[in-house]
Amino acid sequence: MGSAARRDGRTAIQLRPLACTRGLLNRAHGSARWSQENTCVLAAVYGPKSISGRRENPERATIEVIWKPKSGMTGNKEKEAELVLRRSLDYIIIATLHPNTGMSIIVQVISDDGALLACAINATTAALVDTGIPLSGLIAAVSCGINKEGDLLLDLTKSEEQEAQAHVCLVFPNRPLSMKVETSIKSDDEPVEHGLVTSVTCGAMSVDDYLSCLDLGRAASLKISEFSRTSLEQSQRAVELVTPT
Amino acid sequence: MAASGDGGADMEVEAFRRLYPARFYQRYLDAAVRPDARLLNRARSTSISLGPVPTADGSALVKVGNTTMLAGVKLEVMTPSSEGPDLGQVVVEFHMPPICSPQSRPGRPAEAACTITEQLTNALKSSELVDLHELSIAPGKAAWMAYLDIYCLDADGSLLDAALLASVSALAHLQIPSVAMTEEGTVIPALPETGISNHLSNDKHLQQPTVSEQRRLKLGAIPWSLTCALYKKHVLADPTAEEETVLHTILTVIIDSSGRLVAFYKPGGSIPATTNIIQECISLAKRRSKELQRSLDEAITQYESET
Repeated sequence: MGSAARRDGRTAIQLRPLACTRGLLNRAHGSARWSQENTCVLAAVYGPKSISGRRENPERATIEVIWKPKSGMTGNKEKEAELVLRRSLDYIIIATLHPNTGMSIIVQVISDDGALLACAINATTAALVDTGIPLSGLIAAVSCGINKEGDLLLDLTKSEEQEAQAHVCLVFPNRPLSMKVETSIKSDDEPVEHGLVTSVTCGAMSVDDYLSCLDLGRAASLKISEFSRTSLEQSQRAVELVTPT
Repeated sequence: MAASGDGGADMEVEAFRRLYPARFYQRYLDAAVRPDARLLNRARSTSISLGPVPTADGSALVKVGNTTMLAGVKLEVMTPSSEGPDLGQVVVEFHMPPICSPQSRPGRPAEAACTITEQLTNALKSSELVDLHELSIAPGKAAWMAYLDIYCLDADGSLLDAALLASVSALAHLQIPSVAMTEEGTVIPALPETGISNHLSNDKHLQQPTVSEQRRLKLGAIPWSLTCALYKKHVLADPTAEEETVLHTILTVIIDSSGRLVAFYKPGGSIPATTNIIQECISLAKRRSKELQRSLDEAITQYESET
């Protein structure tokens, strides 16, 4: 199964090359561009900043996500993506640290060749890291699908998504390194990074297929978190080199 | 009520519920019951009635606890697109009018309404409930466009479950009228074959064979949905609006009648779902699907015995 070559020459469980650049935008408090080959998303974070009126919450920061499609108007799909992004980021943003403030997260789709939601979640996570606000951890998103022949695929392209029987965007927490992620549900047998933060499915599949998608996605999310950590550490090292001794 | 530094030792229950909703729920849930006396894994009682809107081609009113949904299907004739000359179309829209909850305001549809519309469209498409070939009248010339509108009348949590049940029931109630096609290619309602009104109607119309008889829409695998809220290691089935605001982490499982997973929709939240929780949610959804199937079957038998 793993050897079945795909149209772009990848194996079934191979991810596309990842690239991540931080701090591209001058005015934004944090920004990042994340690309998975031809899928590319630019994310910017403004905040914590003051907001006015009804939206102000004395207990926590108000988070808004604005999803800008590559072209056309914002429709139901974009609204749904905004909601999924906001709720997923709720898992890592410690909103109670910044009461009475607001945070705007803007996602601009640059190009879409499948796995768009996963790419956007990874981009906003990177942008949040760039902002420098405290986070309770990192999350990694991956898209996983099952084609007509019943083979599992990772990181689907647009054409593969259209042909697939079903595909799903999965988000897992990063394995905590130094800090302890406080979760009330820490079970005795499963580590934190096995918990599923977000799952958005499209198409129908059997329950067993979904569970195998979960296993595969979990393994892939480790690779993605590893990448985002390395790229984060590299950029930190770059800063260290610049600072005069 | 044990005093635990919340100053609530001699507070009235209703006041405690409003002031400390999280703590109020915590006390119930730790004892594995809910304020409305349900067990954690029990859904609210559900009722379906078919055909409440006589002007619609298919309609249903669904109540899940207090959550009330009215769904209607209206058929219109359209010219099919060139990519699918023998395909009809189903357009879903979910409305949250200001009457349904204090949060919804008139004007542009709220984010929640857009999301549920998207979820419903996705569930109907993924489960292949409606075979779009069924909605064809004459390939390349005419097909049915079905507008499925769901109105939320009372939003008391688990909106997607009730909306999907209402959609499915309205489609199960849908009668496709019998139509004929004239030589010019326009679709007209077929005349009843009584022969009495012959002289009144145009002869040309009578010569036209009826292209489609009045019929029920054949449904494929029916999607059944169950929303769950997560609290610590517990799974609460079918949460109310109050439970949804207190517990934050909500997920929806949609299973179709052949046992396939149509959607596992978990939009984030503060509690990640472990494999055990995922499996528990799926098995709860399977059990719920049998209950809902029974309710719908009963509603159909009742409706048929009345007409």
